[in-house]
Amino acid sequence: MERVPLERKVLSENDRIAADLRARFAEQNILCLNLISSPGSGKTSLLERTLESFGPRERVAVLTGDIQTENDAKRLARFGFPVKQITTGGTCHLDARMIERAIQDWRLEDIDLLLIENVGNLVCPSSYDLGEASKLVVLSVTEGEDKPLKYPSIFFKSEVVILNKIDLLPYVPFDIAAAEENARRTHKNVEIIRVSCQTREGMNDWLAWLNRKRESSRAAAAAS
Amino acid sequence: MHEMGIANSVLDAIREETLRFPDGHIYKVGVRIGELAGVDPDAMSFCFEALVRGTELEPLALEIEYCPRRYQCEACGRSYAASTDDPACPECGRMESKFLGGDELEIAFLEVEDGARAAGT
Repeated sequence: MERVPLERKVLSENDRIAADLRARFAEQNILCLNLISSPGSGKTSLLERTLESFGPRERVAVLTGDIQTENDAKRLARFGFPVKQITTGGTCHLDARMIERAIQDWRLEDIDLLLIENVGNLVCPSSYDLGEASKLVVLSVTEGEDKPLKYPSIFFKSEVVILNKIDLLPYVPFDIAAAEENARRTHKNVEIIRVSCQTREGMNDWLAWLNRKRESSRAAAAAS
Repeated sequence: MHEMGIANSVLDAIREETLRFPDGHIYKVGVRIGELAGVDPDAMSFCFEALVRGTELEPLALEIEYCPRRYQCEACGRSYAASTDDPACPECGRMESKFLGGDELEIAFLEVEDGARAAGT
């Protein structure tokens, strides 16, 4: 038996499509963000609060992934921006080809910010590059503060941890300092933003981060 | 549970590689899975076996090399594999470490019949 070294990425086909998407987003100066969390952590609520903060001329579009139903797209469409639901029919994550298909009839030159809400799952979405500039992970205070240790892959790969539902802190045994320490153990320099999508506390911090990210992305595009 | 899709991607790659080895069967594939890859090795093996069974690829074994998170301490210079919940340097306890690896999801090698020279190589 002869052993032949190969050194080939398992998801090379997904990575190829993701690289192509990334190049198209760069060409059109689109900032693409990939939101990931457990089911029910508040990805859709965060997007609602984000979209409601934008003026009508904001060039933002949203893709939202779920296994079934168009419910999230309906929730998000009422803000008047382009929204498309991707129903995966059982697949527990979005992959690059689904994004490629979903945007094929959109005019990318009309979009500056593309927000992707992944399927609620902390494991599988972390393996699939969607061509995004950054992954963001949402963790809510009704979950365990050890989630960054249990699911290190997604916390390691995310640029920001959004700690949601902080209005519930008085009612749940969630140690927010421990949660933040666990996140930093998994990912040393991760940015942490505390928000409540119900009371809107912390939304200014989140929107300020988003603005900084959009500015640095525009500056990088102008320099290249 | 996305290991079925991952296993399927490995088999797609193997089918492509068989074209390079027209004279020999591929008996084994080595896959490197990092701790941070988000792929469970047991589930991966289970899916792999289920997908190979009854196909032209039989017999085809899977060897998984599981790779822990690896860091190099920027304070004392020591390289180390981190435990699951504590990436701090075991030497000096600092958290100022550079990430070296542990998110691999790669096909490392194939084992083919002796003499099955790769076409075009």
